[in-house]
Amino acid sequence: MGKNTNGFSIIGKPMAMSDARAKVTGLGKYADDLSVPGMLTGKILHSPHAHARIRSIDVSRAQALAGVKVIATGVDARNPYGILPIGHDERAFALGKALYIGDNVAAVAATTAEIAEQALDLIRVDYEQLPAWFDPEESMKAESNWINDERPQNIEKEYHHAFGDPDKGFERADFVAEERYYAGEVNHAAMEPHATLAIWEPDDRLTVHSSTQVPFYLHRTIASVCEMPMSQIRVIKPLIGGGFGGKSEIIPLEVAAAVLAKKSRRPVKITYTREEVFLAHRGRPITIVYLKVGISRAGKITAVQARVIQDGGAYCGYGPVTVLYSGALLGAIYDIANVRYDGFRVLTNKPACGAMRGHGTVNVRFAFESMLDQLSHRAGLDPLEVRRRNLLKAPCITANSLRVTSYGLPECIEKVFARSNWSEKKGKLPYGKGVGMACSHYVSGAANPIIRSNMPHTTVYIKIDRDAAVTVYTGASEIGQGSDTMHVQIAAETLGVRADRIKLVAADTELTPIDLGSYSSRVTFMAGNACLNAAKDMRDQILAAVAKKFGCAAEELEAKGGHISHRSDSSKSLSFDEAVAVALEFHGALVGRGTYAPPEMARGGKFKGAGVGPSPAYSYSAQVAEVTVDPETGQVRVDKIVAAHDCGRALNPLTVKGQIEGSVYMGFGQALQEDMIWKDGRLMNPSLLEYRIPATKENPEIESIIVESIDPEGPFGAKEAGEGSLAATIPAIANAIFDAVGVRINSIPITPDKILEALREKQKADAGNGANGAKRPSLAGNAR
Amino acid sequence: MNKELMRLHVNGEEREIAITPNRLLLDALREDLGLTGSKRGCDDSSCGCCAVLVDGTPMLSCVALAASYEGREITTIEGLGGPGELDPVQEGYAEMGGAQCGYCTPGFMIATKALLDRNPNPSLDEIREALSSNLCRCTGYMQIYESVKYAIEKLRAKSSAPVSAGR
Repeated sequence: MGKNTNGFSIIGKPMAMSDARAKVTGLGKYADDLSVPGMLTGKILHSPHAHARIRSIDVSRAQALAGVKVIATGVDARNPYGILPIGHDERAFALGKALYIGDNVAAVAATTAEIAEQALDLIRVDYEQLPAWFDPEESMKAESNWINDERPQNIEKEYHHAFGDPDKGFERADFVAEERYYAGEVNHAAMEPHATLAIWEPDDRLTVHSSTQVPFYLHRTIASVCEMPMSQIRVIKPLIGGGFGGKSEIIPLEVAAAVLAKKSRRPVKITYTREEVFLAHRGRPITIVYLKVGISRAGKITAVQARVIQDGGAYCGYGPVTVLYSGALLGAIYDIANVRYDGFRVLTNKPACGAMRGHGTVNVRFAFESMLDQLSHRAGLDPLEVRRRNLLKAPCITANSLRVTSYGLPECIEKVFARSNWSEKKGKLPYGKGVGMACSHYVSGAANPIIRSNMPHTTVYIKIDRDAAVTVYTGASEIGQGSDTMHVQIAAETLGVRADRIKLVAADTELTPIDLGSYSSRVTFMAGNACLNAAKDMRDQILAAVAKKFGCAAEELEAKGGHISHRSDSSKSLSFDEAVAVALEFHGALVGRGTYAPPEMARGGKFKGAGVGPSPAYSYSAQVAEVTVDPETGQVRVDKIVAAHDCGRALNPLTVKGQIEGSVYMGFGQALQEDMIWKDGRLMNPSLLEYRIPATKENPEIESIIVESIDPEGPFGAKEAGEGSLAATIPAIANAIFDAVGVRINSIPITPDKILEALREKQKADAGNGANGAKRPSLAGNAR
Repeated sequence: MNKELMRLHVNGEEREIAITPNRLLLDALREDLGLTGSKRGCDDSSCGCCAVLVDGTPMLSCVALAASYEGREITTIEGLGGPGELDPVQEGYAEMGGAQCGYCTPGFMIATKALLDRNPNPSLDEIREALSSNLCRCTGYMQIYESVKYAIEKLRAKSSAPVSAGR
């Protein structure tokens, strides 16, 4: 753990999170923990129909109920919004049509939650039901009754990319596989249900405390929906009980609370029930992948062709970005010259999908890594060796114009090869036991902002005054991943002071400068670099003042161990407090400023859709899963997962390991048990009792290994750690199941019934052609 | 429904609140007593975020009526350590990464406290078993086990250390 920490006092050393005490004492405040005098409780009326025209809404009886203070419907906030500039198709409340079971139709704010709920029952909505679309492949053939009139055939967006010469690549292949893969829909299931407290201030301003990963986008959206200038609105992010992407766009309750607060001139809090969390959703979409891959006899990938269809639900959300990531991240992991990609984001009458940990890459990576395993076996090659033979020669620019700088994948593969005893186990374990491996990668932030501009992606200020406390002001959003701690470490290391001297003010649009938010794993790389730049700016100011006092050059001084000292003359040394006093006398005010924007050459190609996928740096992961499959019941137990992750440099090995293990855990859940089950647009399992995220009993042992490739542009060489490991877990498990019982399941979650069905088919096929191999591949696809 | 005066014994203090008989213990703690450390993560007693100790046994406060717990000793996460002092369990979760977002953490710490009170030296399987009613979405549980082990070590050191003056 943590090599290359040479010379650092704080960077690279395990450090408890800076907000850990607030969390373990129960004193830290999450959005639903907040209350203010006179606060009303808001409740939202959801559509009971999947696709329906709203003929009229009668709120008169609800309005007459004692304790009801305000009711809002679509006419109260007509401005459309959406996270992407090309997808402003949502409104605070449905205007004209409701598009899914759970769509937002009206909201009530009342003195108690009970009264608000009673009032919802008294609202009369006259609906005209319309034909609805639930299956994405059916929906994209629709000739009429489109969900959004401006989206013919219910296609939100489609992209068609070709790089190199895929046809020639397939001609050169010695082995070609073609399969259909299916991934069910999954939800972030962060333990904290969303909550928003919107406060109408006496001076006609609006303050919004919300469970958001993106205070800045929320700020913009509330300004637009409430038709107020941004300067009159303050957004504050309290503690966040997990995000994983589920709080990375504007969630309906956030605008509903703001609209109710503005209309009532009162504070209004809305907290979702767990069912409402599932209905607001924004999770990973049902994804159908038609994949074709060719490899040479030597195991070199010659061409890849993917047709990806994503069931986006009723609104655009992040949809176009998701489907672009699915194509773009076919690149930047292996050396693949020829790629064809056709991606379709399709509307259906279900809750909108969105960004979820490993945004866009996870389901396609499952398909790709499964197929690479299948092709390796057909070619008679070790699948791990096949990965070795397809490595990039970094630094490089990929066929689809992604710039790869640091590339720790080779080391990740060798680490898991050794730690898992791969060569002792692969193909050698008794029937029912198996190992499988897979790789994955992810961006360290998107090189291009959602709203195009030439402004920085992040700005950080540092203030020091006469108490010599160092206050870091950052817009970055701590959501449990360690954002705050990362800032503290970088500032303390750079200024040469103890971490407990750093105070952090974060994610409050009135006090802190801009940060685009906690999504696409951008915080360590981007906010980290901005913090580093601000700390260097501050350090340089202090050193300049002290140098003047000592009559030496600033370069001769260093900030270390709580002192500003001459590098060679030990008589010239001031404590940090003394140095601050000198600097204040010299400069008057001490403010350090830092910004970060990705370099031009990291921003990708010029083709349509090229903006998504480019990142200043990519993280890498290799994993080996070891499983036991019971062929009688189809039950899979994952005994262990060894996961190596290249995070550039582990600024804090404790939190990096936590991120790797959390990613593997989430991949494990999607691989074997998590699935949102739909019937005619109705979610059949909208609770944590029925939508089963793994508990301690089923969760595998996870061995996380940190690989440090020291990125040339990351802060102290760091890259992302929070998402890149998720995608490899699913195919590693699927490939291990094949190794164990000889069947390939192309549909996740891999439930016992799918395994039993595949085993029966394999038995039939084996009996038919007289095969006896216990571990032969089944070519049967899974139709689901 | 009319409110009634109720006495709850919470974190070593007697607290008087006026609540309806159908008031859930979780709501009484969070809203009537301002003890927001206990969390609501689900609607169907499946997540464990709301767990509190009742006479030393972990209970889900989201499915308990406050009125039924008069005269019982209720401990929430706010009462686990002393003023300005962390319980070894809290220290473990803070130091070893057991708390990432922190939302499930109160429930996990309550379950851990109950486990270590009755079994100061649990095996990994016993830890898994004791924590199996709680859900965490962040950690993958590995650092939670490390946190529990930290607390075990800390408690062991404490119990074998000579009694110090002053406390």
